[in-house]
Amino acid sequence: MDIEIKNISKQFGNFTALNDVSLTVHPGELVALLGPSGSGKTTLLRIIAGLERATSGNVLFGGEDALNRSIRQRRVGFVFQHYALFRHMSVFENVAFGLRVKARDQRPREADIRDRVMKLLSLVQLDHFAKRYPSQLSGGQRQRVALARALAIEPAVLLLDEPFGALDAKVRKELRRWLRGLHDEMQLTSLFVTHDQEEALELADRVVLMNNAAIEQVGSPQEVYDHPATSFAYEFLGHVNRFDCRIEDGKVDVCGGDIAVPAETANGGGAAIAYVRPHDIEIFNGSVMAGRPAVVQYVSAAGPVAKIELSLGEDGRLVEAEIGRAQLHALDLKIGQPVYVRARKARVFATDSVH
Amino acid sequence: MTGAANQKTRLAVTEPIWLRVLLTVLALTFLSLIVLLPLAGVFVEATRQGIGAYFASFDDPDVLSAIRLTLIVAAIAVPLNTVFGIVASWCIAKFEFVGKSLLVTLIDLPFSVSPVVAGLVYVLVFGVHGWLGPWLVANDIQVIFAVPGLVLATIFVTFPFVARELIPLMEEQGQEEEEAAISLGASGWRTFWRVTLPNIKWGLLYGVLLCNARAMGEFGAVSVVSGHIRGETNTMPLYVEILYNEYNFVAAFAVASLLAMLALVTLVLKKIIEWRFAGASSVVG
Repeated sequence: MDIEIKNISKQFGNFTALNDVSLTVHPGELVALLGPSGSGKTTLLRIIAGLERATSGNVLFGGEDALNRSIRQRRVGFVFQHYALFRHMSVFENVAFGLRVKARDQRPREADIRDRVMKLLSLVQLDHFAKRYPSQLSGGQRQRVALARALAIEPAVLLLDEPFGALDAKVRKELRRWLRGLHDEMQLTSLFVTHDQEEALELADRVVLMNNAAIEQVGSPQEVYDHPATSFAYEFLGHVNRFDCRIEDGKVDVCGGDIAVPAETANGGGAAIAYVRPHDIEIFNGSVMAGRPAVVQYVSAAGPVAKIELSLGEDGRLVEAEIGRAQLHALDLKIGQPVYVRARKARVFATDSVH
Repeated sequence: MTGAANQKTRLAVTEPIWLRVLLTVLALTFLSLIVLLPLAGVFVEATRQGIGAYFASFDDPDVLSAIRLTLIVAAIAVPLNTVFGIVASWCIAKFEFVGKSLLVTLIDLPFSVSPVVAGLVYVLVFGVHGWLGPWLVANDIQVIFAVPGLVLATIFVTFPFVARELIPLMEEQGQEEEEAAISLGASGWRTFWRVTLPNIKWGLLYGVLLCNARAMGEFGAVSVVSGHIRGETNTMPLYVEILYNEYNFVAAFAVASLLAMLALVTLVLKKIIEWRFAGASSVVG
């Protein structure tokens, strides 16, 4: 089922949580709502679920107005950040809850409930834990119970609020991969909220980048990462070095690199901000003296790429660079060593378009 | 080995042993003098003229009437305050609204005001010469010096017990579980019975128990509105005073022993609930 969000606004007193937000989610899609805290992403999710009322605007489920439907009729599976499992019920009863509270004429028979619940528990690999209580489970297991519980009502839409927010890094990664697999299998229209850009880029079919109660950019993970539409998008998605510079003759001088600026951005010249990704910073050692002089401040080689912090010669400001390990080995960088750096690529925004 | 272990204990507990013993003895002596001795005294006095005389005290129809009245008042006041307590703490813990802090303060009022004042206020409102007096007389409704007055005064005094117990508990639990239940298709009513109530049951029971103990034992507020009509408007605490003033010590202490037993039962139940409560919340923890 597709979800259409039309001009949704939400006020909390004087605070605007959502300002005229529109978005379409296609059937079977896995969409990430990504943004910093306070950007309105959770509020949008809760409005779609019916847990919150929009001040104005419409939400359409499969072309029908959902705001007039009760939460029960929406058939939305909602997974909470802190699981919100029923603490006094066993895992089995938690998952069975949505079936047991159905109207008498729609309620499955006890044997069918048992079948359904056990099937779901084996789907989330927790069939041996049916008799346990939520407090006896780890965070990752609790979140899987919460997911099974949401899936029990056969929802048309699955909504997840920071589903991995409270888990440690390793479990989070596992669960992420597992959720992607589950989604591909079930083809359920799903939206999840996250503030973790890596999670959004890795998991989602499409990323909705939100900031200040509005949508900044919508696109596939690669689109938003490679072509951030706004300076906010650039800063939020991945590490980035930010330089103040001036556009002259359709070019900027960023960190020793002479970078051409597209004509529509250049607009005759003026102050601008340039963003350079760490992996677009080149480092030269020894005989090559291209770009700007800099001094190595810090080298972290734990991981597939080495992270290097350098201070620029003229003003001492710090620049972050990432290079492959082989290259690090060839350069043989030491702390305090003088080198040259140059920006290979940069994304330039004229200052008046930056907010 | 032992010496080192000893030294460690010494360091961990800063007070020397004699001080610890002294403080413990002091506390126990104080407790015995102030609480245990009088409590034992009640039972000793009640059975001074033998078990037969003790039970004979309960043959008095006025005593039976006092016991019956106490039970009736508690049976009305406690359920009403339970419902009120759940509703009030639900509102306070789960919603934001204008006047919330005023409501919280008002709930605490019966704790801070003298029960006699509460009784007097009811006389002022419902008494024959009170604000609603003429209307009540015209419609032949008697509140003061009758059971309705006793019930009202008791409700006022025992008003905060359940709410006070539930508000912090509900605030701590938040409303995510209720939201989850609603998103799974449960109605508000079912959510209350299947999610909210089970989560607060131990705290609720604890509050109801304290509320009941106070409802049965209340003296001041009830005394003002009762009128002390024998066999009609005397509750147990009031009748104990009357018997005592008539130098009928055995009967006075016999009725008092019932109240004391109620207190003991309450304490035991309270302990059991605390123990279950702690167990339940540590499983939840």
